[in-house]
Amino acid sequence: MIQLQNIKKVFHMGKPNEFVAIDGIDLSISSHQITVFKGPSGSGKTTLLSLIGSMARPTAGRIFLFDREITSLPERFLTEVRRKTFGFIFQQFNLIKGLTAIENVMTPAYPSGEKRGSLAKRAYELLNLFGMAQKASVRVDWLSGGETQRVTIARALINHPSIIIADEPTAHLDTKLSIEFMDIMGKLNQEGKTILIASHDPMIHESPLVHRVIEMRDGKIIRN
Amino acid sequence: MILHPAILALSIGSILISLMLILSAYFGLLILKKWDLKSGSEVQLSLERKTYLISTVMAYAFSFQVLSFFLFIYTADHLSPLFSGAMCAAGTLNVNRWGYPTFLLKMINFLFAGLWLIINYTDNRAYDYPLIKWKYGLLLFAVPLILAETIIQTSYFLGLHPDIITSCCGALFTPEKQGITSSLIALPRLPLEVLLYLGAGLSIGEGVVFYWKGKGGWLFTFTNGATLIVAALALISFICLYIYELPTHHCPFCILQSEYRYIGYPIYMTFLGSGVSGIGVGALMKARSIESLKEIAPRIQKRLVIFSLLCLTIFLIISGYQMAFSNLKMVF
Amino acid sequence: MTWIEKQRNILDYTLSSLFRRKGKNLALIGVYTCIVFFLASVMFFTYALKREAALILKDAPEMMVQRLLAGRHDLIPLDYGEMIQKIRGVESVKGRLWGYYFDPTNGANYTLMVNEKHFDSGSVIIGKGIEKNLPGDQFGTLPLKAQDGSYLFLKIKSTLSSDSELVSSDLILISETDFKKIFAIPEGYVTDLTVRVRNPKELTTIATKITQLLPDTRPILRDEILRTYDASFNWRGGLLLIILLGSILAFVILAWEKASGLSMEEKREIGILKAIGWETSDILLMKFWEGTVVSLSSFLLGVILAYLHIFFSSSVMFEPVLKGWAVLYPKFRLTPFIDFYQVVALLFLTVVPYTIATLIPSWRTATIDPDMVMRG
Repeated sequence: MIQLQNIKKVFHMGKPNEFVAIDGIDLSISSHQITVFKGPSGSGKTTLLSLIGSMARPTAGRIFLFDREITSLPERFLTEVRRKTFGFIFQQFNLIKGLTAIENVMTPAYPSGEKRGSLAKRAYELLNLFGMAQKASVRVDWLSGGETQRVTIARALINHPSIIIADEPTAHLDTKLSIEFMDIMGKLNQEGKTILIASHDPMIHESPLVHRVIEMRDGKIIRN
Repeated sequence: MILHPAILALSIGSILISLMLILSAYFGLLILKKWDLKSGSEVQLSLERKTYLISTVMAYAFSFQVLSFFLFIYTADHLSPLFSGAMCAAGTLNVNRWGYPTFLLKMINFLFAGLWLIINYTDNRAYDYPLIKWKYGLLLFAVPLILAETIIQTSYFLGLHPDIITSCCGALFTPEKQGITSSLIALPRLPLEVLLYLGAGLSIGEGVVFYWKGKGGWLFTFTNGATLIVAALALISFICLYIYELPTHHCPFCILQSEYRYIGYPIYMTFLGSGVSGIGVGALMKARSIESLKEIAPRIQKRLVIFSLLCLTIFLIISGYQMAFSNLKMVF
Repeated sequence: MTWIEKQRNILDYTLSSLFRRKGKNLALIGVYTCIVFFLASVMFFTYALKREAALILKDAPEMMVQRLLAGRHDLIPLDYGEMIQKIRGVESVKGRLWGYYFDPTNGANYTLMVNEKHFDSGSVIIGKGIEKNLPGDQFGTLPLKAQDGSYLFLKIKSTLSSDSELVSSDLILISETDFKKIFAIPEGYVTDLTVRVRNPKELTTIATKITQLLPDTRPILRDEILRTYDASFNWRGGLLLIILLGSILAFVILAWEKASGLSMEEKREIGILKAIGWETSDILLMKFWEGTVVSLSSFLLGVILAYLHIFFSSSVMFEPVLKGWAVLYPKFRLTPFIDFYQVVALLFLTVVPYTIATLIPSWRTATIDPDMVMRG
């Protein structure tokens, strides 16, 4: 369902600080699986995820998503694809400070013009799913690490994505919470979601739930 | 120059908008030269970002154009007591030779900015931006016109000296004198009236055909445009008379005053609204054959047709109402 | 209807975002409000003065006729009035007696005017401003020096009520006999003539006839006076506005800087929004709403404050600048009056520069790369 053909991403092209982040990757990822990208920092796994998650466009090569090419889409449409297809979980959580948990969960759906009432209901249900219902109107600055993580997951799910992208999700979590995180991912996977994780945490790539581990170094795939 | 707040506001606004438009035109030129959607290069990415700036600038320019059009007329109206001979905007605009050109350019630029936004709206709905070259070509055409408006408007304001004696609507819009305005007034009423209702009928017919069959977009644009020109002539020639209830007053500006319950505002707005959406219909004909716009363009055109006809109908109803319920009865 | 919901959602988000950055936004709104306040004060003030002048002149006769001698205003014989009376269309002609009196002890100029209805010689009615200037020990009399060097001690009958303080403050109403004594005016002469006509449309025609009949006179139409007032008030007010344009410019620079100098946290927030599914035009929409909220609240606040300043605090800040061609000007209250049109002009004058100043910075912010948040 996701196909990458000879993908390259170069930052600052033609300048002295030119940097090749992804160096000609061919890859095909199948649906309903948990795929983990592992490798040291700077190996290009985060950049690869942002290309797949249509957050940035590759310098060269083509990306197909559900057999549709997204490489040459202008930003306006790329964003629409991103909003409808992907849910993101970031390393630093990236919740918006000062807003409550439920407001954070609702934020990704604002531009789609959904009625506030039904949106709030859906956000509340998602928080409830992760046992966060009673904290819905608490500002996210006051939540613990585990609670923040769960709000982040709820936010990633608000637009009904088919693919979830997580970048170093357990970097700021202890062992117990990391296990909890993988359990949630396993559950979501069983519901039919495709999950892509970039991580160098052995807890994740050694987890029995993971279907496939791709190892990267210097912008290339070294083991598949 | 008169240091009136509205004059300062109009001048400053126009100059600022013009500066932004110069920047936009420069970016537009870059886009025309280097646009390549297939490329993921940083140049292309930065061009794509620039399209957002240009769209925003044009949207603001358009809103400014609409509001400044009315503020301009209102100001001219408001300043008329300062000029001997001026009783309304018609006289103030006639104080020097830049008044009427400014007024005319404001209307033309309103149409251009509106048309650009219609095309931009359509283009942004197609994933490959198929109208991009056309759109920025139009931008490069429209920007000099808006710049010209700024310059001419400034010359007009600079040439306003309160001791100038001018001739106003009474003198300008009287049939006895020679000149363009008086020949406009002297236009025979019956053929004009027939043309107006014929044109309106045709526009509505063609609009309906276009709505259902999707054919004759250009025809609609032309008929609608011609009808509006006839409507403008008719307004000066005879519709005004009923509004003023005076058999000799032809001024197209006094209808904006409170004495006539600001009836001029809906008249002008529906007139301009019908014009810009009518032109939009024709302009989008080309987009119908483009693969990525095949479904989108007709949908937008349909909305434009409806809007255009709605405006035209309201225009006719207002003017018809004024004529039917006026205390002025004319035999001709 | 998704369009409206989208606007609502984004406006909602914008409001909460504005509240989260209270300090920064309040500072901006504060400065913005000040600018609007000053501009609106100038505009309200000049407009109110203009209107005041118009109100005073409303009851003035449509036409005044003065006699000129060597290019200067001179006394006019009453016979002239009789001749004018005979012109067709003239309703009535009246002679007026008025003049200025310089009071050397106060260094002030008084306006002396003969009132038709009044009163016996030997007494006067004076304006509030003069009353204040009088030394306390004169037991209700006003000494005025006549042309021949003698003094007239006039009894102060009453002071003028303060309804129209703009004109009445330096005014002395006096009897005809006393007036003629002070200025040594010969019998059969008056200062000028006022003419009332039956049909206002014939004013110009009658004025032409008067100049033909009496070549040494000058008819002055009320409308002309009004126009001159208009022009001079516009000019004074406009001059002040020009000075204030400097402050608009400074404000525009401030707005530009505020809009472009985003903190790391704000940039990150925009990055997050874009990463989780907001598009560049959504961010631009948010910035549009932000600008609208800031502009409108500052504008409303500024206009209300200016209204209070001009109409309820006697425009304390401008008096010396805009009026003050006489020493005696008292504190007076202007009639509250707002013209929708001037508010619109003011809106243009402030909101357009602000909007344009923030346009490019907003666009820069809106085009932040969404993958920034993933890069760290």
